[in-house]
Amino acid sequence: MSSKPEKENRKVEKEKSMIIQKEMIGKLFKDLSTAKETGKKVVYTFVPGNLSELIHAFDMLPVYPEINALQSGMRKKSGGYIREAEKYGHSEDVCTYVKCDIGMMLNGNIGPTGEKIPDPDLLLLSYTGCFTFMKWFENLEDLYPGVEIAMLHTPYQKDGEITEEMTQYMVKQLKEEVIPKMEKVSGIKYDETKLKGILENSVKAEDLIVKIFDTPKNIPSPIDAYFAGVYYIGPINIGFRGTSEAVDYYAELYKEILERVEKGLGPVTPEGEINEERFRLVVEGPPNWTSFREFWKLFYDLGAVIVASSYTKVGGVYDTGFRHNPGKPLESLSEYCMFCYTNLNLPQRIDLLSNCITEYHADGFLVNSIKSCNSFSAGQLLMMRTLEEKLEIPVGFIESDLVDPRYFSYANIKNRLESFFQMLEQRKIILAQ
Amino acid sequence: MSTLQEIINKCKNLAFDLNFEKAKEWKAEENDRVLIGYMPIYFPREIVHAVNGLAVGILGVGDRKQVIKGDAYYQSYICRIPRGIIELALDGHLEGFDGFVFPSICDVIRNLSGMFQILKKGKFVDYLDYPQNFQLEVGGEFYKNELQQVLNEIKKINKVEIIPEKLNHSIKLYNNNRNLIEKIYDVRQKFPWRLTAEELYYIVRAGLVMPVEEHNKILEDVYGYIQEEIGEPMDKIKVIISGAFCEQPPVSLIKTIEMAGCYVVDDDMILGSRWIEGNVNDDTDDPLNALVEAYLTKSTFSSSVYDINNPKEDRLIELVEKRKADGIIFAAPSFCDPALLDRPLLQKACDDRNVRYISFKYSENTGQFKNIKEQVGAFADSIKLWSDELIES
Repeated sequence: MSSKPEKENRKVEKEKSMIIQKEMIGKLFKDLSTAKETGKKVVYTFVPGNLSELIHAFDMLPVYPEINALQSGMRKKSGGYIREAEKYGHSEDVCTYVKCDIGMMLNGNIGPTGEKIPDPDLLLLSYTGCFTFMKWFENLEDLYPGVEIAMLHTPYQKDGEITEEMTQYMVKQLKEEVIPKMEKVSGIKYDETKLKGILENSVKAEDLIVKIFDTPKNIPSPIDAYFAGVYYIGPINIGFRGTSEAVDYYAELYKEILERVEKGLGPVTPEGEINEERFRLVVEGPPNWTSFREFWKLFYDLGAVIVASSYTKVGGVYDTGFRHNPGKPLESLSEYCMFCYTNLNLPQRIDLLSNCITEYHADGFLVNSIKSCNSFSAGQLLMMRTLEEKLEIPVGFIESDLVDPRYFSYANIKNRLESFFQMLEQRKIILAQ
Repeated sequence: MSTLQEIINKCKNLAFDLNFEKAKEWKAEENDRVLIGYMPIYFPREIVHAVNGLAVGILGVGDRKQVIKGDAYYQSYICRIPRGIIELALDGHLEGFDGFVFPSICDVIRNLSGMFQILKKGKFVDYLDYPQNFQLEVGGEFYKNELQQVLNEIKKINKVEIIPEKLNHSIKLYNNNRNLIEKIYDVRQKFPWRLTAEELYYIVRAGLVMPVEEHNKILEDVYGYIQEEIGEPMDKIKVIISGAFCEQPPVSLIKTIEMAGCYVVDDDMILGSRWIEGNVNDDTDDPLNALVEAYLTKSTFSSSVYDINNPKEDRLIELVEKRKADGIIFAAPSFCDPALLDRPLLQKACDDRNVRYISFKYSENTGQFKNIKEQVGAFADSIKLWSDELIES
């Protein structure tokens, strides 16, 4: 490749929103570590289709096993945990989030802050967009025998729509399965007025997050919507949706980003700002967590900025108009679950990505195909080919894994990315002629 | 009447006919007949039968066709079966099919339904979302609506409306089909040498591609033949194969297991044909509801079903006891999340209850069996030589 874009080599100062987020997450884990003393009940659940508002309505604390797994990946602990789970009998072929989580449990369930994560009082299986979730919780139930468990089956958007029957099926499950279990475990009666109040905060946070992920339509993009985006979606995905803290956090974050837009600044990376935005990309698929920094560096070193990604929609797709509705609390919780990215059918996913490529003025489309995640990966090659034909846009393909360090091949990924970026550069030259 | 060997040969040819000629010939006989292809595991074929259709099981290509195009659609870490199915679709093997049903069993089959939508295969593509809630008024109602959607799609094609009398009749035929298969399994439990596992596999699998009336006749004849003492009993252990419910093992793998010293007395290959345990009510004003109730209350255990209230590990051990099996062979396809994520739970149950087992993985096109033969042989020998000691401990 030709010359690298310059980055400001300065110590990156944490912005106020980063500090707020750190404090929010720190407090959550602190609350979890003292849950048994304070009497707070603990719910294990999943990010896609998470029922944060309902959990708050019962004054319970959430634990997200896949968040623990990705945190273990970033802290270089996942490799050991996965091996532990494989010794326990799990195949090398299956989802590494599951194995990392089980390995962590077998090793004392020490969370990312070094404090023990309490055992669950309730396993809330929000079975949304990922079949493996179901198998995961069957395994958890075996590790925590006798724990209360509630299943919420989210119908798949097979025809690209949500029907009244699908919504009613979910509402019935909430009324007859999920809420009674939460009442039983928490000892608190379901209070719909309280839930409605919480949902009002959700709407505010959702409005803000849509505005935030809209800002990369600016050129240059003020943010990286994938590598930084995964931090931005943290609060809304891991239990803070519905809280005033989340609204405050997103308001502050949006303010900071708008300042960047006004100044014409590019995204902040761990090594400073990107001063020259050379390639604008839309990325499909989750990132690799075990080598997250090195992975990101491969992009920002060459001035590649991710302007939109499907992964940031895994905990909810808000940019096509969905908002929680305090007027219809259970219906809107149901619709939220059905609107998560991996619960969309493949034609819907293609449409969504196609819109992103067009509206965000992307130069290319890249798939990071994750070995562990069939929910994302199966069909990606056809999706990629369809987008290439439809939009006549360069497409790239790399493979890695979520948290298994054995499946991150730095040299392979670097080679492929460099070839992809060369292709993008050539195309820019041709288009400019 | 054909001889048993003639029946077996016929079923062998039908079971692996990747052009589905038998089904296509059946469709060609009348104008309003439809062919509906369905993927593993279970689909209530009764509803298609009742509206002048034939539901045809599509199980991939096994080791009968080289997959070239299909590999371009899937990463290396995804199982084999969807590659073969895409290959069949792209090579025109599925021409003449009117629609395709993808039961909800895993993310790969789910997303394959989207690929068929994108590739515009068939007049309709339906992802059949099985409820994971088993209350009649909750999951049952949802499931009934799912079945009605399939019927609506078929009606758009052939204009045939479902009527209770016809569906009751179809249910009766499939009840008979399942009963006959079960009776054959029961005979084989006591006299497994009368019909090999390979032969049984051909006979049951052929039922996925032919009218149920014809398959029932075959099953009746086979059942009749195995009432007599045929074949030679051998000194083999009795095993159950578990984990092979979707991507099918190559026939040579089944033969290898038997040649290595095992009688396979139960299995979950072609599980969809045995999914409902017992009869569905075939004399009711609401037969669609009868199918729904049967699914909710009479389904067998499977990795695709959420079963905290009726754990599959308990039911597997019950099956071992029912079949008086000496052990279990956990044989699952590579990269099969449902089967492989179940393994530690199932194996733990075996450890807790002193049931012997071995485990390995396969692909539908596995071609080397030496290692498996050695592993299975050692397993069979260990049980024959030391089973008493283990039981006493």
